[in-house]
Amino acid sequence: MEISWKKYAYTFLITAVIFMTAIYISNYFSQKKINEIKDIESQISIDISASETQFSLLSELPCREISSGLLSKELATLGDKLSYTEANRGSDDSEVLSLKKYYSLLQIKDFLLIQKIKDKCGSSSTNSGLFIMYFYSNKGDCPDCQREGYVLTKLRSDYPELRVYSFDYNLDLSAVQTLISVYNVENKLPAILINDKVYYGFKSVDDIKEILPALKAIDIAKAKATTASSTKATSTKVK
Amino acid sequence: MNIVSDTINYVFLFIALYIEVFFLITYFEFTERESKETSPKSNIGRKLKLPSVSIIVPVWNEETTVLKTIFSILKLNYPKDKLSILIVDDGSTDNTWKVIQKFAKNKQVTLLQKENEGSKFAALNYALNRVNTDLVGCLDADSFVHPEALSRIVAQFENPEIMAVTPSIKIFEPKGFLGLIQKAEYIFGVFLRKVFYYLNALYITPGPFSIFRKSVFEKLGGYKHAHHTEDMEMAMRMQRNGMKIGNVHNAFVYTIAPTNFKTLYKQRLRWVYGFLKNTIDYRDMLFKPQYGNLSMIVLPAAGLSVISTLYFLGAMIMSWINILITKIQEISAIGIQFQSFSFDLFYVNTDIVIFLSLIAFFGTLFIIITSRKLAEEKHKFGWDSILFMMFYTLIAPIWMIKAVYNVLFVKETTWR
Repeated sequence: MEISWKKYAYTFLITAVIFMTAIYISNYFSQKKINEIKDIESQISIDISASETQFSLLSELPCREISSGLLSKELATLGDKLSYTEANRGSDDSEVLSLKKYYSLLQIKDFLLIQKIKDKCGSSSTNSGLFIMYFYSNKGDCPDCQREGYVLTKLRSDYPELRVYSFDYNLDLSAVQTLISVYNVENKLPAILINDKVYYGFKSVDDIKEILPALKAIDIAKAKATTASSTKATSTKVK
Repeated sequence: MNIVSDTINYVFLFIALYIEVFFLITYFEFTERESKETSPKSNIGRKLKLPSVSIIVPVWNEETTVLKTIFSILKLNYPKDKLSILIVDDGSTDNTWKVIQKFAKNKQVTLLQKENEGSKFAALNYALNRVNTDLVGCLDADSFVHPEALSRIVAQFENPEIMAVTPSIKIFEPKGFLGLIQKAEYIFGVFLRKVFYYLNALYITPGPFSIFRKSVFEKLGGYKHAHHTEDMEMAMRMQRNGMKIGNVHNAFVYTIAPTNFKTLYKQRLRWVYGFLKNTIDYRDMLFKPQYGNLSMIVLPAAGLSVISTLYFLGAMIMSWINILITKIQEISAIGIQFQSFSFDLFYVNTDIVIFLSLIAFFGTLFIIITSRKLAEEKHKFGWDSILFMMFYTLIAPIWMIKAVYNVLFVKETTWR
């Protein structure tokens, strides 16, 4: 019963090549995904800078025009993709970490821009001033953060007007740490900042609506719109 | 994520892929060699004197199928004076003995009766002691042979080194979900048996219609109890003694498969338990180059397939539990949501494991198509293959877990 060691070695070689190819392909695609995130980030960065520039150039711009077109709409998509990547590659991944830092910066810039608009036009004139700031930790010391994440994702998809800025409390980025100290956010996570006030612990969808009555107002407006259209529909039917 | 489980995953995947590649290389290597060699050899073979053959049919309460089994042997395309049948009634309590009296006057058939001792091996040995032919084989009373099966098998015995020859086993008229899955499984086995033959590493001479030289039993003794899997033990004993076991992929035997889960479970529990126990009994043959590919690859691969099936089932269940927990968390936070489905290529999983699994999947697909060709199936692919690929790895762990449990906590399985 002879053994062909050569065949064993060849098989090993072929298997290794297959393995390497799989690793290469997988890396290729994950690099592609990272690049996609980078592209979105630079797109947002351009959007924000463009808005800021526009804002400075035309300080006399009517408020109506500012609120509708100036804000980047891609921050939410970016946040989703980034958290998916973080879940896959791990929070310690250097690539993930640098993308996350940049994302946090962009969020702060977006936030500052909104503040500027608010100062000029007032918060009531449009819904553009509607925002929630959310601080979380994924070091395993925040059991409720996962659930709070679901709540905020739902709010964001239900109310496209609402801007949700989420920050990793432990992120080693001076701008984020400054933000934390400016608003005196303590390390009792999850923490939510609404209208300059910090709320600690899990807050459900209804809790947040209580804190932020503007959301309720949107609900009512929406309900009115639907009943109006439905009555219109039924009335046309009757005719 | 978790370094330990990731490493285990990759090691398992690497070994599994290695084994698949090894089998495929072997298949190509030998089919190429065979296509160059065979044609002139088989012509010479026809002129040789045909050996005499005895077929032992052990019967236990099989009054409904035994006649069909015997008729299929009598219809074999083989000279009548060279073929004898020994029917052993292993203490049946039904009408079996009465039914087989039909053959009392047939010169080819000898009827034997003995008391049941709880295992098949005793009935086989009982008949073996009465055999005087060159070749001897066995056919269970729930199986039938293809008319050309014996002549095709005998042709391989022209090689004086071959001491036993295994057939290809197919399911007789597969019915229902379990029948179809078993059909595909048996056809898959046709490919494996062929590759194991090329590697000289067959470790089972299946009960239905494996044919031996009579001298094998004279040299090695009769069948043993061997945890109710005497057909594996016999093959292992032959391998240890350097006896070559052959395979003829177009010598077809049809066997009736269990149709309900309980009988299938009992049968498979006996097989897996017997495999594990016999491997433990013959553990000194593992990883010894002098025992060839059987010792270095085939037997370890078979053992690993049990372990890895259980491991991946465990991993799958764990991930299901994780998904369930996140879903429950989500529902507790925001209630049941009906998300509008939006497709984004970004969220397609591009993990290494995905690509490796894809490659392994195509390898398996190739093996299935090749084995269907070997088994002379009409179609290249069928529903049975699809069901097999989808459900086999989910069903098999059920008896595997029990078999491993029984091995670890020393429990004998019963035959029936």
